[in-house]
Amino acid sequence: MLKIRNLDAGYGKLRVLKNISLHVDAGEIVAMIGANGAGKTTLLHTVIGLIKPMQGEISFLGRSCARTSVGQIVASGCVLVPEGRQVFAPMSVEENLLLGGHVLQKTQGRVAVLKELEHQYELFPILRERRRQLAGTLSGGEQQMLAMGRALMSKPRLVMMDEPSTGLAPLIVRDIFQIILRLRAEGNTVLLIEQNAKAALGIADRGYVLEVGKVIVQGPSADLLANSDVQRAYLGREKIDEVA
Amino acid sequence: MSLDLFFQYLFAGITYGAIYAVVAIGFNIIYNATGIINFAQGEFVMLGGMISISLLPFMPLWCAIAAATALTMLIGAAIEMLFIRWLQSPSVLRLIIITIGISILLRESALHIWGESIRSLPYFYGNEITTFSVGSVHISPQVVWVIAASGVMMGGLSLFFKSTPIGREMRACAANRTAALLCGINARNMVTLSFMLSAGIGALAGCVMSPITYTQYDSGTSLAIKGFTVAILGGLGNSMAAVAAGILLGIIEAFSVSVVPLAFQDAISIAILLIILFVKPHGLFGSSEAARLKDF
Repeated sequence: MLKIRNLDAGYGKLRVLKNISLHVDAGEIVAMIGANGAGKTTLLHTVIGLIKPMQGEISFLGRSCARTSVGQIVASGCVLVPEGRQVFAPMSVEENLLLGGHVLQKTQGRVAVLKELEHQYELFPILRERRRQLAGTLSGGEQQMLAMGRALMSKPRLVMMDEPSTGLAPLIVRDIFQIILRLRAEGNTVLLIEQNAKAALGIADRGYVLEVGKVIVQGPSADLLANSDVQRAYLGREKIDEVA
Repeated sequence: MSLDLFFQYLFAGITYGAIYAVVAIGFNIIYNATGIINFAQGEFVMLGGMISISLLPFMPLWCAIAAATALTMLIGAAIEMLFIRWLQSPSVLRLIIITIGISILLRESALHIWGESIRSLPYFYGNEITTFSVGSVHISPQVVWVIAASGVMMGGLSLFFKSTPIGREMRACAANRTAALLCGINARNMVTLSFMLSAGIGALAGCVMSPITYTQYDSGTSLAIKGFTVAILGGLGNSMAAVAAGILLGIIEAFSVSVVPLAFQDAISIAILLIILFVKPHGLFGSSEAARLKDF
Protein backbone atom coordinates (compact mmCIF):
# COMPACT_ATOMS: atom_id res chain seq x y z
CA MET A 1 0.00 0.00 0.00
CA LEU A 2 2.68 2.48 1.08
CA LYS A 3 6.23 2.04 -0.20
CA ILE A 4 9.17 4.25 0.70
CA ARG A 5 12.52 3.75 -0.99
CA ASN A 6 15.83 5.39 -0.05
CA LEU A 7 14.11 8.48 1.31
CA ASP A 8 16.07 11.53 2.47
CA ALA A 9 14.14 14.43 3.96
CA GLY A 10 14.52 17.31 6.37
CA TYR A 11 14.12 21.02 6.94
CA GLY A 12 16.15 23.51 4.96
CA LYS A 13 19.68 22.14 4.86
CA LEU A 14 19.16 19.84 7.80
CA ARG A 15 18.86 16.23 6.72
CA VAL A 16 16.73 14.45 9.31
CA LEU A 17 15.93 11.21 7.49
CA LYS A 18 18.75 9.31 5.84
CA ASN A 19 18.10 6.60 3.33
CA ILE A 20 14.87 5.30 4.82
CA SER A 21 13.12 2.37 3.18
CA LEU A 22 9.94 0.84 4.48
CA HIS A 23 6.63 -0.55 3.34
CA VAL A 24 3.16 -0.92 4.77
CA ASP A 25 0.87 -3.60 3.32
CA ALA A 26 -2.91 -3.47 3.20
CA GLY A 27 -4.61 -4.56 6.42
CA GLU A 28 -1.52 -4.25 8.61
CA ILE A 29 -0.76 -2.27 11.70
CA VAL A 30 2.83 -1.16 11.44
CA ALA A 31 4.50 0.49 14.41
CA MET A 32 7.44 2.81 14.18
CA ILE A 33 9.25 3.39 17.43
CA GLY A 34 12.20 5.54 18.33
CA ALA A 35 13.35 8.23 20.72
CA ASN A 36 12.56 11.94 20.52
CA GLY A 37 14.29 13.52 17.54
CA ALA A 38 14.74 10.24 15.70
CA GLY A 39 12.74 11.65 12.76
CA LYS A 40 9.44 9.85 13.22
CA THR A 41 7.27 12.93 12.78
CA THR A 42 9.39 14.15 9.88
CA LEU A 43 8.75 10.84 8.16
CA LEU A 44 4.97 11.16 8.45
CA HIS A 45 5.06 14.81 7.38
CA THR A 46 7.02 13.81 4.29
CA VAL A 47 4.57 11.06 3.39
CA ILE A 48 1.54 13.33 3.78
CA GLY A 49 3.22 16.06 1.72
CA LEU A 50 3.82 18.76 4.33
CA ILE A 51 7.55 18.41 3.61
CA LYS A 52 9.00 17.73 0.18
CA PRO A 53 11.47 14.84 0.05
CA MET A 54 15.09 15.65 -0.87
CA GLN A 55 15.72 12.31 -2.43
CA GLY A 56 14.12 8.92 -2.82
CA GLU A 57 10.66 7.71 -3.64
CA ILE A 58 7.33 7.50 -1.89
CA SER A 59 4.50 5.67 -3.55
CA PHE A 60 1.00 5.19 -2.23
CA LEU A 61 -1.32 2.64 -3.85
CA GLY A 62 1.23 2.27 -6.63
CA ARG A 63 1.35 5.98 -7.50
CA SER A 64 4.30 8.22 -6.76
CA CYS A 65 3.43 11.10 -4.45
CA ALA A 66 6.59 13.15 -4.76
CA ARG A 67 5.00 16.08 -6.59
CA THR A 68 1.52 16.00 -5.09
CA SER A 69 -0.03 18.39 -2.60
CA VAL A 70 -1.34 17.45 0.83
CA GLY A 71 -4.90 17.79 -0.49
CA GLN A 72 -4.29 15.30 -3.28
CA ILE A 73 -2.65 12.78 -0.97
CA VAL A 74 -5.54 13.03 1.49
CA ALA A 75 -8.00 12.66 -1.38
CA SER A 76 -6.19 9.51 -2.52
CA GLY A 77 -6.89 7.91 0.87
CA CYS A 78 -3.93 8.59 3.16
CA VAL A 79 -4.54 10.64 6.30
CA LEU A 80 -2.48 11.81 9.24
CA VAL A 81 -3.70 12.17 12.81
CA PRO A 82 -1.14 14.76 13.87
CA GLU A 83 0.90 14.90 17.02
CA GLY A 84 -0.73 17.00 19.72
CA ARG A 85 -4.23 16.39 18.25
CA GLN A 86 -4.42 19.78 16.47
CA VAL A 87 -8.19 20.04 16.70
CA PHE A 88 -9.90 23.24 15.55
CA ALA A 89 -10.22 24.59 19.10
CA PRO A 90 -12.71 27.43 18.57
CA MET A 91 -15.09 25.22 16.58
CA SER A 92 -17.62 22.65 17.74
CA VAL A 93 -16.94 18.91 17.77
CA GLU A 94 -19.39 18.34 14.96
CA GLU A 95 -17.84 21.11 12.86
CA ASN A 96 -14.43 19.50 13.36
CA LEU A 97 -15.77 16.19 12.09
CA LEU A 98 -17.55 17.80 9.14
CA LEU A 99 -14.29 19.51 8.17
CA GLY A 100 -12.65 16.11 8.16
CA GLY A 101 -15.29 15.10 5.63
CA HIS A 102 -14.17 17.83 3.21
CA VAL A 103 -12.65 15.35 0.77
CA LEU A 104 -15.61 12.98 0.98
CA GLN A 105 -18.04 15.84 0.36
CA LYS A 106 -16.22 16.69 -2.86
CA THR A 107 -16.21 13.16 -4.23
CA GLN A 108 -19.38 11.59 -2.87
CA GLY A 109 -21.57 14.46 -1.69
CA ARG A 110 -23.26 15.52 1.50
CA VAL A 111 -25.25 12.35 2.14
CA ALA A 112 -22.06 10.29 2.31
CA VAL A 113 -20.57 12.81 4.78
CA LEU A 114 -23.58 12.60 7.09
CA LYS A 115 -23.49 8.82 6.93
CA GLU A 116 -19.81 8.81 7.81
CA LEU A 117 -20.48 11.29 10.64
CA GLU A 118 -22.96 8.80 12.08
CA HIS A 119 -20.30 6.08 11.77
CA GLN A 120 -17.79 8.17 13.74
CA TYR A 121 -20.38 8.82 16.45
CA GLU A 122 -20.82 5.04 16.76
CA LEU A 123 -17.07 4.52 16.96
CA PHE A 124 -16.65 7.38 19.48
CA PRO A 125 -19.92 7.69 21.47
CA ILE A 126 -18.40 10.41 23.66
CA LEU A 127 -18.11 12.68 20.61
CA ARG A 128 -21.86 12.41 20.03
CA GLU A 129 -22.48 13.56 23.60
CA ARG A 130 -20.13 16.50 23.12
CA ARG A 131 -21.09 17.37 19.56
CA ARG A 132 -22.11 20.99 20.34
CA GLN A 133 -19.15 21.62 22.65
CA LEU A 134 -16.11 23.59 21.45
CA ALA A 135 -13.24 21.25 20.64
CA GLY A 136 -10.83 23.31 22.77
CA THR A 137 -12.84 22.52 25.90
CA LEU A 138 -12.51 18.73 25.54
CA SER A 139 -10.15 16.64 27.66
CA GLY A 140 -6.94 15.32 26.12
CA GLY A 141 -8.36 11.87 25.47
CA GLU A 142 -11.52 13.28 23.92
CA GLN A 143 -9.45 15.57 21.71
CA GLN A 144 -7.41 12.58 20.57
CA MET A 145 -10.60 10.74 19.68
CA LEU A 146 -11.85 13.82 17.86
CA ALA A 147 -8.60 14.07 15.89
CA MET A 148 -8.94 10.39 14.94
CA GLY A 149 -12.61 10.76 14.05
CA ARG A 150 -11.85 13.82 11.96
CA ALA A 151 -9.17 11.94 10.01
CA LEU A 152 -11.44 8.92 9.55
CA MET A 153 -14.22 11.12 8.14
CA SER A 154 -12.48 11.03 4.75
CA LYS A 155 -12.86 7.21 4.64
CA PRO A 156 -9.11 6.68 4.29
CA ARG A 157 -7.29 3.52 3.23
CA LEU A 158 -4.21 4.28 5.32
CA VAL A 159 -4.33 6.04 8.71
CA MET A 160 -1.05 7.40 10.01
CA MET A 161 -0.99 8.28 13.70
CA ASP A 162 1.64 10.41 15.35
CA GLU A 163 2.02 9.68 19.07
CA PRO A 164 -1.66 9.14 19.89
CA SER A 165 -0.89 8.23 23.52
CA THR A 166 1.13 11.33 24.46
CA GLY A 167 -0.06 12.91 27.68
CA LEU A 168 -2.99 10.56 28.21
CA ALA A 169 -3.89 8.49 31.25
CA PRO A 170 -3.14 4.74 30.92
CA LEU A 171 -6.83 3.80 30.87
CA ILE A 172 -7.49 6.17 27.99
CA VAL A 173 -4.41 4.96 26.15
CA ARG A 174 -5.92 1.48 26.34
CA ASP A 175 -9.16 2.78 24.80
CA ILE A 176 -7.27 4.48 21.99
CA PHE A 177 -5.31 1.31 21.19
CA GLN A 178 -8.55 -0.70 21.25
CA ILE A 179 -9.92 1.67 18.62
CA ILE A 180 -6.81 1.19 16.49
CA LEU A 181 -7.38 -2.57 16.59
CA ARG A 182 -10.98 -2.00 15.62
CA LEU A 183 -9.87 0.12 12.67
CA ARG A 184 -7.85 -2.79 11.36
CA ALA A 185 -10.82 -5.10 11.84
CA GLU A 186 -12.85 -2.70 9.69
CA GLY A 187 -10.31 -3.05 6.90
CA ASN A 188 -8.10 -0.02 7.53
CA THR A 189 -4.33 0.00 7.41
CA VAL A 190 -2.49 1.81 10.19
CA LEU A 191 1.00 3.27 10.44
CA LEU A 192 1.50 4.05 14.11
CA ILE A 193 4.27 6.15 15.56
CA GLU A 194 4.82 5.80 19.27
CA GLN A 195 7.22 6.43 22.09
CA ASN A 196 5.26 3.92 24.11
CA ALA A 197 7.06 1.10 22.33
CA LYS A 198 5.67 -1.75 24.36
CA ALA A 199 2.05 -0.83 23.78
CA ALA A 200 2.61 -0.08 20.10
CA LEU A 201 4.41 -3.36 19.38
CA GLY A 202 1.74 -5.11 21.43
CA ILE A 203 -0.92 -4.37 18.82
CA ALA A 204 1.23 -4.06 15.69
CA ASP A 205 1.93 -6.78 13.12
CA ARG A 206 5.34 -5.44 12.26
CA GLY A 207 7.62 -2.74 13.54
CA TYR A 208 10.51 -0.49 12.60
CA VAL A 209 12.98 1.08 15.00
CA LEU A 210 14.19 4.50 13.96
CA GLU A 211 17.36 6.01 15.40
CA VAL A 212 18.81 9.37 14.35
CA GLY A 213 17.12 9.24 10.97
CA LYS A 214 17.89 5.61 10.12
CA VAL A 215 15.96 2.38 10.35
CA ILE A 216 18.17 0.20 12.54
CA VAL A 217 15.95 -2.80 13.21
CA GLN A 218 12.81 -4.07 11.56
CA GLY A 219 10.69 -7.17 11.68
CA PRO A 220 7.56 -8.77 13.11
CA SER A 221 6.48 -7.26 16.43
CA ALA A 222 7.13 -10.47 18.34
CA ASP A 223 10.75 -10.52 17.12
CA LEU A 224 11.26 -6.87 18.06
CA LEU A 225 9.78 -7.44 21.51
CA ALA A 226 12.23 -10.29 21.98
CA ASN A 227 15.21 -8.37 20.56
CA SER A 228 17.65 -7.53 23.36
CA ASP A 229 18.78 -4.19 21.87
CA VAL A 230 15.20 -3.06 21.47
CA GLN A 231 14.40 -4.21 24.99
CA ARG A 232 17.28 -2.29 26.49
CA ALA A 233 16.71 0.92 24.54
CA TYR A 234 12.94 1.16 24.29
CA LEU A 235 11.23 -1.28 26.60
CA GLY A 236 13.06 -0.29 29.76
CA ARG A 237 14.07 -3.88 30.56
CA GLU A 238 17.66 -4.56 31.63
CA LYS A 239 19.20 -7.86 30.67
CA ILE A 240 19.62 -9.40 34.10
CA ASP A 241 21.54 -12.46 32.95
CA GLU A 242 24.21 -10.19 31.44
CA VAL A 243 24.99 -8.81 34.89
CA ALA A 244 24.86 -12.18 36.56
CA MET B 1 -26.19 70.60 24.19
CA SER B 2 -29.83 70.26 23.26
CA LEU B 3 -31.36 66.85 22.99
CA ASP B 4 -31.97 67.30 19.25
CA LEU B 5 -28.33 68.12 18.65
CA PHE B 6 -27.34 65.15 20.76
CA PHE B 7 -29.31 62.77 18.56
CA GLN B 8 -28.02 64.48 15.42
CA TYR B 9 -24.44 63.83 16.53
CA LEU B 10 -25.34 60.34 17.61
CA PHE B 11 -26.69 59.39 14.20
CA ALA B 12 -23.72 60.91 12.42
CA GLY B 13 -21.48 58.90 14.73
CA ILE B 14 -23.30 55.64 14.11
CA THR B 15 -23.20 56.21 10.35
CA TYR B 16 -19.46 56.73 10.24
CA GLY B 17 -18.97 54.06 12.87
CA ALA B 18 -20.77 51.50 10.71
CA ILE B 19 -18.41 52.28 7.83
CA TYR B 20 -15.36 52.00 10.07
CA ALA B 21 -16.68 48.69 11.35
CA VAL B 22 -17.04 47.32 7.81
CA VAL B 23 -13.48 48.40 6.96
CA ALA B 24 -12.27 46.81 10.21
CA ILE B 25 -14.08 43.57 9.40
CA GLY B 26 -12.26 43.63 6.05
CA PHE B 27 -8.98 43.84 7.97
CA ASN B 28 -10.07 40.99 10.24
CA ILE B 29 -11.08 38.61 7.46
CA ILE B 30 -7.64 38.80 5.88
CA TYR B 31 -5.92 38.82 9.27
CA ASN B 32 -7.69 35.60 10.26
CA ALA B 33 -6.77 33.87 7.02
CA THR B 34 -3.15 34.98 6.77
CA GLY B 35 -2.02 36.65 10.00
CA ILE B 36 -1.26 39.87 8.11
CA ILE B 37 -2.75 43.35 8.12
CA ASN B 38 -3.74 44.26 4.59
CA PHE B 39 -2.96 47.97 4.38
CA ALA B 40 -4.61 48.14 0.96
CA GLN B 41 -8.01 47.65 2.63
CA GLY B 42 -8.89 51.36 2.35
CA GLU B 43 -8.09 51.30 -1.35
CA PHE B 44 -10.76 48.64 -1.88
CA VAL B 45 -13.30 51.11 -0.46
CA MET B 46 -12.04 53.84 -2.77
CA LEU B 47 -12.12 51.50 -5.78
CA GLY B 48 -15.71 50.49 -5.06
CA GLY B 49 -16.79 54.13 -5.02
CA MET B 50 -14.74 55.16 -8.06
CA ILE B 51 -15.69 52.21 -10.27
CA SER B 52 -19.39 52.53 -9.51
CA ILE B 53 -19.27 56.26 -10.29
CA SER B 54 -17.59 55.53 -13.62
CA LEU B 55 -20.11 52.82 -14.49
CA LEU B 56 -23.16 54.87 -13.54
CA PRO B 57 -23.62 56.59 -16.96
CA PHE B 58 -24.02 53.18 -18.61
CA MET B 59 -26.39 51.38 -16.26
CA PRO B 60 -28.85 51.84 -13.41
CA LEU B 61 -27.47 52.62 -9.95
CA TRP B 62 -27.86 49.17 -8.42
CA CYS B 63 -26.23 47.53 -11.45
CA ALA B 64 -23.28 49.91 -11.18
CA ILE B 65 -22.87 49.08 -7.49
CA ALA B 66 -23.10 45.34 -8.09
CA ALA B 67 -20.64 45.52 -10.98
CA ALA B 68 -18.21 47.70 -8.99
CA THR B 69 -18.33 45.27 -6.09
CA ALA B 70 -17.73 42.30 -8.39
CA LEU B 71 -14.88 44.07 -10.18
CA THR B 72 -13.21 45.04 -6.91
CA MET B 73 -13.51 41.43 -5.74
CA LEU B 74 -11.71 40.35 -8.90
CA ILE B 75 -9.04 42.97 -8.28
CA GLY B 76 -8.66 41.65 -4.73
CA ALA B 77 -8.25 38.10 -6.00
CA ALA B 78 -5.80 39.22 -8.69
CA ILE B 79 -3.70 41.07 -6.10
CA GLU B 80 -3.49 38.00 -3.92
CA MET B 81 -2.57 35.74 -6.82
CA LEU B 82 0.02 38.15 -8.25
CA PHE B 83 1.76 39.34 -5.10
CA ILE B 84 1.13 36.85 -2.30
CA ARG B 85 0.12 33.37 -3.43
CA TRP B 86 3.42 32.26 -4.94
CA LEU B 87 5.63 33.35 -2.03
CA GLN B 88 7.26 30.45 -0.22
CA SER B 89 6.65 30.79 3.54
CA PRO B 90 7.11 34.58 3.65
CA SER B 91 7.53 36.43 6.94
CA VAL B 92 4.65 38.47 8.32
CA LEU B 93 6.67 41.69 8.04
CA ARG B 94 7.42 41.03 4.36
CA LEU B 95 3.74 40.46 3.63
CA ILE B 96 2.73 43.65 5.42
CA ILE B 97 5.23 45.70 3.44
CA ILE B 98 3.88 44.12 0.25
CA THR B 99 0.36 45.26 1.16
CA ILE B 100 1.64 48.79 1.77
CA GLY B 101 3.16 48.67 -1.71
CA ILE B 102 -0.11 47.46 -3.17
CA SER B 103 -1.93 50.29 -1.43
CA ILE B 104 0.39 52.88 -3.00
CA LEU B 105 0.08 51.18 -6.37
CA LEU B 106 -3.72 51.24 -6.29
CA ARG B 107 -3.82 54.84 -5.09
CA GLU B 108 -1.47 56.09 -7.80
CA SER B 109 -3.32 54.09 -10.47
CA ALA B 110 -6.55 55.71 -9.31
CA LEU B 111 -4.92 59.13 -9.54
CA HIS B 112 -3.83 58.30 -13.08
CA ILE B 113 -7.26 57.03 -14.15
CA TRP B 114 -9.65 59.35 -12.34
CA GLY B 115 -7.51 62.39 -11.59
CA GLU B 116 -7.71 64.46 -8.46
CA SER B 117 -11.33 65.52 -8.79
CA ILE B 118 -13.74 64.68 -6.00
CA ARG B 119 -16.68 62.59 -7.17
CA SER B 120 -19.69 60.95 -5.64
CA LEU B 121 -22.59 58.69 -6.43
CA PRO B 122 -26.02 60.37 -6.33
CA TYR B 123 -28.13 59.87 -3.23
CA PHE B 124 -29.88 56.50 -3.50
CA TYR B 125 -33.15 58.11 -2.49
CA GLY B 126 -33.96 61.82 -2.80
CA ASN B 127 -31.06 64.28 -2.70
CA GLU B 128 -28.77 66.19 -0.35
CA ILE B 129 -31.57 68.05 1.35
CA THR B 130 -34.10 65.22 1.59
CA THR B 131 -34.59 64.28 5.20
CA PHE B 132 -37.16 62.53 7.20
CA SER B 133 -37.85 63.37 10.75
CA VAL B 134 -37.95 61.20 13.79
CA GLY B 135 -39.41 63.50 16.43
CA SER B 136 -37.40 66.65 15.94
CA VAL B 137 -34.30 64.87 14.61
CA HIS B 138 -33.67 65.09 10.86
CA ILE B 139 -32.05 62.10 9.21
CA SER B 140 -30.88 61.79 5.63
CA PRO B 141 -32.19 58.64 3.92
CA GLN B 142 -28.62 57.85 2.86
CA VAL B 143 -27.71 57.48 6.52
CA VAL B 144 -30.32 54.77 6.76
CA TRP B 145 -28.88 53.15 3.64
CA VAL B 146 -25.39 53.14 5.10
CA ILE B 147 -26.49 51.67 8.41
CA ALA B 148 -28.76 49.11 6.75
CA ALA B 149 -26.12 48.05 4.22
CA SER B 150 -23.49 47.69 6.95
CA GLY B 151 -25.93 45.68 9.05
CA VAL B 152 -26.79 43.40 6.15
CA MET B 153 -23.11 42.88 5.35
CA MET B 154 -22.27 42.01 8.95
CA GLY B 155 -25.24 39.68 9.25
CA GLY B 156 -24.51 38.07 5.90
CA LEU B 157 -20.85 37.53 6.75
CA SER B 158 -21.63 36.06 10.12
CA LEU B 159 -24.13 33.67 8.48
CA PHE B 160 -21.57 32.83 5.79
CA PHE B 161 -18.86 31.97 8.30
CA LYS B 162 -21.17 30.05 10.63
CA SER B 163 -23.27 27.94 8.34
CA THR B 164 -21.74 27.46 4.90
CA PRO B 165 -19.12 24.79 4.22
CA ILE B 166 -16.75 27.34 2.66
CA GLY B 167 -17.13 29.70 5.61
CA ARG B 168 -16.41 26.80 7.92
CA GLU B 169 -13.30 25.92 5.95
CA MET B 170 -12.09 29.52 6.15
CA ARG B 171 -12.53 29.49 9.92
CA ALA B 172 -10.70 26.18 10.09
CA CYS B 173 -7.74 27.65 8.22
CA ALA B 174 -7.70 30.56 10.65
CA ALA B 175 -7.89 28.24 13.68
CA ASN B 176 -5.20 25.77 12.62
CA ARG B 177 -3.71 25.96 9.17
CA THR B 178 -1.79 22.68 9.32
CA ALA B 179 -4.83 20.76 10.52
CA ALA B 180 -6.89 22.33 7.73
CA LEU B 181 -4.31 21.15 5.20
CA LEU B 182 -4.48 17.66 6.72
CA CYS B 183 -8.26 17.66 6.14
CA GLY B 184 -7.51 18.17 2.46
CA ILE B 185 -8.59 21.82 2.47
CA ASN B 186 -6.74 24.02 0.01
CA ALA B 187 -5.56 26.77 2.37
CA ARG B 188 -4.20 28.91 -0.45
CA ASN B 189 -7.61 29.14 -2.09
CA MET B 190 -9.02 30.23 1.26
CA VAL B 191 -6.52 33.09 1.36
CA THR B 192 -7.56 34.19 -2.14
CA LEU B 193 -11.17 33.98 -1.06
CA SER B 194 -10.47 36.10 2.01
CA PHE B 195 -9.00 38.83 -0.20
CA MET B 196 -12.08 38.63 -2.46
CA LEU B 197 -14.46 38.89 0.50
CA SER B 198 -12.57 41.80 2.04
CA ALA B 199 -12.44 43.60 -1.29
CA GLY B 200 -16.16 42.97 -1.82
CA ILE B 201 -17.39 44.32 1.49
CA GLY B 202 -14.94 47.23 1.24
CA ALA B 203 -16.23 48.12 -2.22
CA LEU B 204 -19.86 47.86 -1.18
CA ALA B 205 -19.17 50.14 1.78
CA GLY B 206 -17.40 52.52 -0.60
CA CYS B 207 -20.53 52.70 -2.77
CA VAL B 208 -23.11 53.33 -0.07
CA MET B 209 -20.98 55.94 1.70
CA SER B 210 -19.93 57.77 -1.46
CA PRO B 211 -22.94 60.17 -1.54
CA ILE B 212 -22.19 61.35 2.01
CA THR B 213 -18.41 61.30 2.21
CA TYR B 214 -17.48 61.71 -1.47
CA THR B 215 -14.78 59.69 -3.18
CA GLN B 216 -11.31 60.78 -4.22
CA TYR B 217 -8.26 58.81 -5.32
CA ASP B 218 -6.76 59.01 -1.82
CA SER B 219 -9.90 58.70 0.29
CA GLY B 220 -8.92 55.12 1.15
CA THR B 221 -5.93 56.14 3.27
CA SER B 222 -7.73 57.88 6.09
CA LEU B 223 -10.41 55.18 6.10
CA ALA B 224 -7.75 52.51 6.39
CA ILE B 225 -6.32 54.27 9.45
CA LYS B 226 -9.76 54.54 11.03
CA GLY B 227 -10.58 50.94 10.18
CA PHE B 228 -7.24 49.80 11.56
CA THR B 229 -7.84 51.76 14.77
CA VAL B 230 -11.20 50.04 15.11
CA ALA B 231 -9.77 46.60 14.38
CA ILE B 232 -7.12 47.12 17.07
CA LEU B 233 -9.60 48.71 19.46
CA GLY B 234 -11.87 45.68 19.20
CA GLY B 235 -9.04 43.16 19.25
CA LEU B 236 -7.58 41.92 15.96
CA GLY B 237 -9.52 39.14 14.31
CA ASN B 238 -12.68 39.65 16.36
CA SER B 239 -15.35 40.91 13.97
CA MET B 240 -18.22 41.26 16.44
CA ALA B 241 -16.02 43.42 18.69
CA ALA B 242 -15.09 45.46 15.63
CA VAL B 243 -18.74 46.47 15.20
CA ALA B 244 -18.91 47.77 18.76
CA ALA B 245 -15.51 49.44 18.49
CA GLY B 246 -16.44 51.02 15.14
CA ILE B 247 -19.60 52.58 16.44
CA LEU B 248 -17.74 53.71 19.55
CA LEU B 249 -15.08 55.48 17.45
CA GLY B 250 -17.73 56.99 15.16
CA ILE B 251 -19.62 58.41 18.12
CA ILE B 252 -16.46 59.74 19.81
CA GLU B 253 -15.50 61.48 16.58
CA ALA B 254 -18.95 62.94 16.06
CA PHE B 255 -19.19 64.35 19.56
CA SER B 256 -15.62 65.64 19.47
CA VAL B 257 -16.80 68.25 16.96
CA SER B 258 -18.69 69.97 19.74
CA VAL B 259 -15.53 70.20 21.87
CA VAL B 260 -12.52 70.59 19.56
CA PRO B 261 -12.25 72.16 16.08
CA LEU B 262 -13.26 69.97 13.12
CA ALA B 263 -9.68 69.88 11.85
CA PHE B 264 -8.69 67.76 14.83
CA GLN B 265 -11.24 65.06 14.09
CA ASP B 266 -8.77 62.75 12.32
CA ALA B 267 -6.19 63.26 15.06
CA ILE B 268 -8.60 61.74 17.55
CA SER B 269 -8.64 58.28 16.00
CA ILE B 270 -4.86 58.28 15.72
CA ALA B 271 -4.59 59.34 19.35
CA ILE B 272 -6.93 56.51 20.32
CA LEU B 273 -4.87 54.07 18.23
CA LEU B 274 -1.67 55.12 20.01
CA ILE B 275 -3.23 54.96 23.45
CA ILE B 276 -4.67 51.51 22.80
CA LEU B 277 -1.37 50.23 21.41
CA PHE B 278 0.44 51.52 24.50
CA VAL B 279 -2.04 50.54 27.16
CA LYS B 280 -4.10 47.60 25.91
CA PRO B 281 -2.57 46.24 22.68
CA HIS B 282 -4.91 43.26 22.63
CA GLY B 283 -7.92 45.55 22.28
CA LEU B 284 -10.82 46.43 24.51
CA PHE B 285 -12.54 43.09 24.00
CA GLY B 286 -9.54 40.86 23.36
CA SER B 287 -7.85 38.73 25.96
CA SER B 288 -4.16 39.16 26.62
CA GLU B 289 -3.74 35.43 26.27
CA ALA B 290 -5.00 35.48 22.69
CA ALA B 291 -2.81 38.47 21.93
CA ARG B 292 0.33 36.62 22.93
CA LEU B 293 -0.39 33.93 20.37
CA LYS B 294 -0.41 36.44 17.54
CA ASP B 295 2.51 36.89 15.23
CA PHE B 296 3.29 40.46 16.15
